[in-house]
Order: sequence, then structure tokens, then C-alpha cells
Amino acid sequence: MKQKTKLINPLQEIPTTSRRQFLLCSAALGGAALTAAAPARAGTENLSIPAWSKRSGDPVLWHPYGQPSAQQSHVVRRTLPGAPVPGAGASWTPLQNLHGNITPNGLVFERHHAGIPNIDAALHRLVIHGLVKQPLLLTMDDLLRFPAVSRIHFLECSGNTSREWRAPVSNSVQFSHGLLSNCEWTGVRLSTVLDEAGVLPAAQWLLAEGADAAGVSRSIPLAKAFEDALLVYAQNGEMLRPEQGYPLRLLLPGWEGNMSIKWLRRLKVADKPFFARNETSKYTDLLPDGTSRIFSFGMDAKSVITYPSPDHKLRDKGFYEISGLAWTGQGRIKRVDVSTDGGKSWREARLDGVVLDRALTRFRIDWQWDGGPATLQSRAIDETGYVQPTLQQLIAKRGLNSAYHNNAIQSWAVAADGSIKNVHV
Amino acid sequence: MSMFKVVKSLMVMCALVNLPAHAGVYGLGKPISEHAVAAWNIDINPAGDGLPSGSGSVAQGQPIYAAKCASCHGAKGEGKPADVLVGGIGSLKNDKPLKTVGSFWPYAAPIYDFIYRAMPYNEPQSLSATEVYAVTAYLLFLNGIVPAETTLDAKSLPLVQMPNRNGFVSDVRPDVVNMPCLKCY
Ligand code: HEC
Repeated sequence: MKQKTKLINPLQEIPTTSRRQFLLCSAALGGAALTAAAPARAGTENLSIPAWSKRSGDPVLWHPYGQPSAQQSHVVRRTLPGAPVPGAGASWTPLQNLHGNITPNGLVFERHHAGIPNIDAALHRLVIHGLVKQPLLLTMDDLLRFPAVSRIHFLECSGNTSREWRAPVSNSVQFSHGLLSNCEWTGVRLSTVLDEAGVLPAAQWLLAEGADAAGVSRSIPLAKAFEDALLVYAQNGEMLRPEQGYPLRLLLPGWEGNMSIKWLRRLKVADKPFFARNETSKYTDLLPDGTSRIFSFGMDAKSVITYPSPDHKLRDKGFYEISGLAWTGQGRIKRVDVSTDGGKSWREARLDGVVLDRALTRFRIDWQWDGGPATLQSRAIDETGYVQPTLQQLIAKRGLNSAYHNNAIQSWAVAADGSIKNVHV
Repeated sequence: MSMFKVVKSLMVMCALVNLPAHAGVYGLGKPISEHAVAAWNIDINPAGDGLPSGSGSVAQGQPIYAAKCASCHGAKGEGKPADVLVGGIGSLKNDKPLKTVGSFWPYAAPIYDFIYRAMPYNEPQSLSATEVYAVTAYLLFLNGIVPAETTLDAKSLPLVQMPNRNGFVSDVRPDVVNMPCLKCY
């Protein structure tokens, strides 16, 4: 076993010389190939001293905030044509370029309904009213004084993977699965703040509303508000980015992203839901009999292989670590299986690090590519025992027009030339 | 200022001064009256709670729609570049269903809610109550849901029966159940 591990760990095995050579080559190719296969062990190379070792570098504070290496300029959010107006659209997270579990703030996906408001935090207010003992007005200063918590949770738009029902259309995991991010969120428990206003016994629902020009509003069962909802002001350690709701957003762990209202300005406690536009016209799931599921809040277990995926090209047969992300709105990921033969056989992947509640979980598995065609799939199983379904199973229950909540097993077909395509099997 | 008004404003002031510290544990945030929230209190539920006074007719709605909505939603609500607002009634079982205000929305009063809060896209919360009632009436007329001579107000709008009123069902997921496969390895 030890012997085997050694054989399949090329980045440790390759002598520094050829490794550096490899990095240089990759840089010349725009950096995208950094994670592709190492070349077969080449003969000895004579080292030369690179320019950056022969003069001192940039001073401290070369950029006060800091920024990625210029060679990583391809690692950006991207959008697709089709938004009716520029503010009512989405941008996708480049999952194919990310490592580990946390999404850097600048790469967290966006979905806005009327652009990103430019809010002065000093003037921003949150009002809590309706079925409460004492309606309250809170400033950001007030909210920052409450006891706080930090939690790592994924955020997924329920429209993620919605383009894939009929045919495998996305040529990148960025567009097939990139309405997905995972951050450490810091803020106040919503229950803490609701208790401050005192919720009345008749209360069952909560309307959350944003201060953006769309005034996006959603009805949230009060039970969820008291269970684990957060009023978030910080993300991965810094104050929220404007496009993520600065200065205040709701976060409903494990529930569809649209409900985690950004730029939160108002919470109204009520006895009934409101049937707002974004919970009737949108974010409902149309079934073949013409009825639609409403209030379909939770995100089911799902996973996707992010490396290798269509943005990558395998350069040579040999060792690859297949790696991807798994998550579930129902708790923790228990197991991820990976298939390299289109689902005929499966192997259990390693879950990397601590598996957190309703957070992205990185899985990894060793793979020796024999240079022939292969179809890569991953299948997540969560702690409730729920198994990520196939697309055919979802279509059998929901037809082709339910749009949201597509958590089907994703297939990537590797061709003999090492190129990778999105396919349905 | 009349004596009555003076007394009333004194009473309001006293009320403010005498407000008890609110119930909460932390004492953070300031009490606010529902009256003071009014400008933000714009939600309208299916029963029409929250609808303002005023009214608007299909006839009044037509020029407002043409001037303020048609550029994004089409002259007759046929869409492009933004959402289709008209048509599709009876299409929800089709292979290519058309979801619009007419074919899909379950309740009429929330149309008012959405148009006031979010439309016109580049000027939300700019329409008067008359204008929102009118343009709502016009959209319902274009969808064949109300006749041409309709005028809508806080009483009549919630009573408009939408074709897809009974089209929503509860979420029954997990709708696909697989056994965690143990013999696959
Ligand atoms: C500048 C373009 C623009 C104008 C002008 C405009 N809209 Fe819209 N409208 C949009 C966009 C974009 C959306 C979708 C917003 C989103 O993504 O949430 C929309 C959505 C809607 C919807 C929701 C459709 C559905 O079924 O969910 C209604 C109703 C609507 N608009 C009515 C109106 C009315 C009435 C007017 C005029 C008073 C108007 N709009 C003017 C761009 C516009």
C-alpha cells in the first residue's frame, strides 16, 4: 500500500528541477494548465537563475488590499448572455479553478434582481415589525453590538444547474454548477434579534425584504428563523461585499439562496405567508401535470467533480487526483462515491478535512487514467441517508420544466485526447 | 394650530417620552411605531392586506403601460427584453409552458405588491396608487381575466380569481429515494 501511494504522488516524486520547469511551462500557457498532469519524468535539466531571484521585489503594500497573482487573471466570475437588463442577471463562480472549500469573496456568485445598491451603512436601517410586542429599528451599530457567531455554510441558487435538464449545455463546471459558494458568515442569530422585539404567539411566518431597487421579498417560516437563521454582516472575515448584501443580509443555512435576502431592510412577522412574486412566479417547481411545488426551500444533497472537468485537458495518461465538492441542505455529507465508468462501478472518495453542517465538503480520490475514454461521476450521500439521484430519476418525477432544484449526478466524459465534455449518460 | 391638534401632539410627545424600555434582553435598537414604518410597509398579501386607498381602471392603465412598461415587456405584454406578462393560460402542462402573470400567478393582490415595489424597473416605487391599480387592471385585461370596463381598488383586486389559483402544491421532496449502495465497490 505504501509503495502504491508513493507511485501515485507525482508532485512529491518529481525532482524539484523538472517541477519548476513544469511550472514555468504552465505559466506560459496562461496558468490554466497548472493543475494538469505533470509531464512524464524527463531527463536532467540544467538549472538557470530566474530574473526574479536576481533583484529585489515589490515593496510591502504593493497593493494595500492585496490581489491575486497577475497570472491568475483568468480566475474570475463570468456571466452568460440573456439577462433582460444588466442588473437582473447572474454571475457564476469559477469552481474549476478553486481549491479547498472556501470561496474567496471576490469569486462568490451573484444573482441580483435590480442591480447592486450602493448603501451607506451609517444610514442603513433594519426594521422589525408586525406581530411583535415592540417594533424595533436597528442601526448597523446596534447589530454589531449583539453577541455574534461565525458559521461556514454553502449558498446555492436553486436555479443552479437549471440549464442542464434537457441537454448537457454548459461547457464548464462554472456554468453548470457555479451558482454555488461557501463562506464563513459572521453575524447575529436572527432569534436573538427577534426575541429583542418579542414575537407574538399568533406569528408563523416572517417576510424578509431587501433595500435594493427590486425590494426582493420572501416569506420564511418562523421555525427556520428561530432554528438557525443569521443576520450576517461579514463574510470570510471582512464586511460583506456590496454584491453580497452590504451591509446586512439574511442567511438561511441549507435553503435556496434567493431566500437569504441581501441588503436586508425589513422583517415583518405575520401569521400567513405573503405569496410574493419571488415565491410564486419564480422559485416554484412546475410539474408535468401543470401544478407547481411552492415553498420548496431546502437544497438536496449534490456533488460535482471540479477537477478534472471541461476546462481542463489531461495531458498524459497516469495519475490524477479526482476532486470535487459535495454539499447538502439537510446536514452533513456522509459519503461521496466516484465512478470513472459512467456509473457502472463506484469507489468511495476521501472527505477532506472536517465535514461541516451544510457546508461544501471537498472530496478526493486517486485515479490512474489509462489514456482511454472514461466517464467521471460523483454521487453524494448525506447523513439522512439521502442519495444524490440521476437526472433520469428527477425527470421521471418532475418532468423537464421544473427548472429549479436540479441536483442530479453530473457526468464528464474524458476522451482519448484528454479533452473533457459535459454529457448525459 | 387648533387646541385639539396641540393636545394631540402633546399626547404623542408624552407617549414618546414615556415609552418603556423595550422587552429585549440587550436593550439594543430603538422602539418604532407602525405609523413610522408606513413608508416601508409595502407588502400586500393575497387577502389584500396593505392595499392603499384609491382605484384605477383598465382604460387608465393602457397609456401608463404604453409609456412606462411596454419598452421592456412589449406593446401587448409579449415580453422582450424582460418577462412575458400576457398569455399562456392553459399551457402549463405543455412541453413548452408559458408562465406569465395571467397563466401562472395564483393571486391578484400580490401583482400590486410587485409592480409597486419593483416596477418600472428603472423607477421602482414611483407609481401612485391610481397608477398601480390601473396598470394592474390593464395587465389583467390583456390576459382576458377582467373585462375592459373594470376598475380595481383595495376591495375588488383581491377578489379577482386568477386561473392558476389552485395550481400550487406542497413540496414533497425527497421525491426520489435510492438505497445507499453498499455492494458497488
Ligand atoms: C427597464 C425595463 C423594464 C421596465 C420599463 C419595466 N419592467 Fe417589469 N420587469 C423588468 C425585469 C428585468 C423584470 C424581471 C426582474 C427580476 O429578475 O426579478 C421585470 C418583471 C416584471 C414582472 C414580473 C413578471 C413575472 O411573471 O414574474 C411584472 C409583473 C412587471 N415586470 C411589470 C411591469 C410593469 C407593470 C411595468 C410598467 C409600470 C414594468 N414592468 C416596467 C424590466 C422592466
